[in-house]
Amino acid sequence: MIGAVSGSTSTVVLVGAVFLASTVEMVEALTIVLAVGHTRGWRSALEGAGAALIALAGLVAIFGPALVHVPLGTLRLVVGGVLLIFGLQWLRKAILRSSGYKAKHDEDEIYRQTVAALKADGATPGRDRVAFVVAFKGVFLEGLEIVITVLTLGASAHRLALAVQVAAAAVVIVAVVGAIVARQLSNVPENAMKMAVGIMLVSYGTFWTGEGLHVRWPGGDTMLIVLVAYFAICAAVMIRVVAATRPLAASGVAKGFSDG
Amino acid sequence: MGEPRGRLGRIAKGFAMFWWDFLVGDTPEITVAVIVILGVVALVSVVAHANVVAYVSLPVLLVLALAASVDRARRRASGD
Repeated sequence: MIGAVSGSTSTVVLVGAVFLASTVEMVEALTIVLAVGHTRGWRSALEGAGAALIALAGLVAIFGPALVHVPLGTLRLVVGGVLLIFGLQWLRKAILRSSGYKAKHDEDEIYRQTVAALKADGATPGRDRVAFVVAFKGVFLEGLEIVITVLTLGASAHRLALAVQVAAAAVVIVAVVGAIVARQLSNVPENAMKMAVGIMLVSYGTFWTGEGLHVRWPGGDTMLIVLVAYFAICAAVMIRVVAATRPLAASGVAKGFSDG
Repeated sequence: MGEPRGRLGRIAKGFAMFWWDFLVGDTPEITVAVIVILGVVALVSVVAHANVVAYVSLPVLLVLALAASVDRARRRASGD
């Protein structure tokens, strides 16, 4: 019974982390594709995005099965370490944004800047190489983060197929919603989602590096929920403390936009 | 012959740059802190066999590292 609860706990955290991380990255990729499509035409934009998706699927097909053969202890230690670094970076950014020390990610501004850059480059007849490359690069680079999250979380939990399905569902949902709402991607609560992903990645990273270092967690996999709650509370406290130290002049930071 | 080698070099450089940006980027203190913390917990767990100290210290040290990195960024932004 306890084993079943532990298993479902880790599955819920896995699904949540992969879905949110994939959604956030897909929103960023879609912003670029929409900007390219509206400015330079949809054919090259969709071809670039499609080529990037094929390349990313190839990476999962090559590295996914290979990772399953790495000894679980080593895999969880290495993957856990990567997740800790990655997750702490996300959490740090989300805390700084929530406390007003870093400008929030602004999809509208990114859209405007991409459109301006593409218009300045001038249109080309027939196949548009610039549009293809910009769409490919945008989807590939953002998608690479999805692939790394899927491979690391999926392989370490021995649930690679589930992680791939969840990521694919997130990509399809964002693509469909994005196609309907077009340029209203700025309404997505990206910072809150990044905060949640950061907390889950750090929780998983802590749990797996601990297992890789022969730490016996009390309660087994159920400890993941305790870690999620612990890091969420610590992040909330940090936001309050850091926001309280912010001088009034720094409030103007929200007017700009930042990457990642 | 030189062109494929040059292209391979660019791909290898791009690959290395991606991982550097991904794992280090503008927060080298986080990467260093994670490596040091995992080293400390390895000593506590594997060498000293102090399991309780290991599972308590790992999340606590990580939050301290995060707080230090956030404070570093806050000071930079404030010009302290």
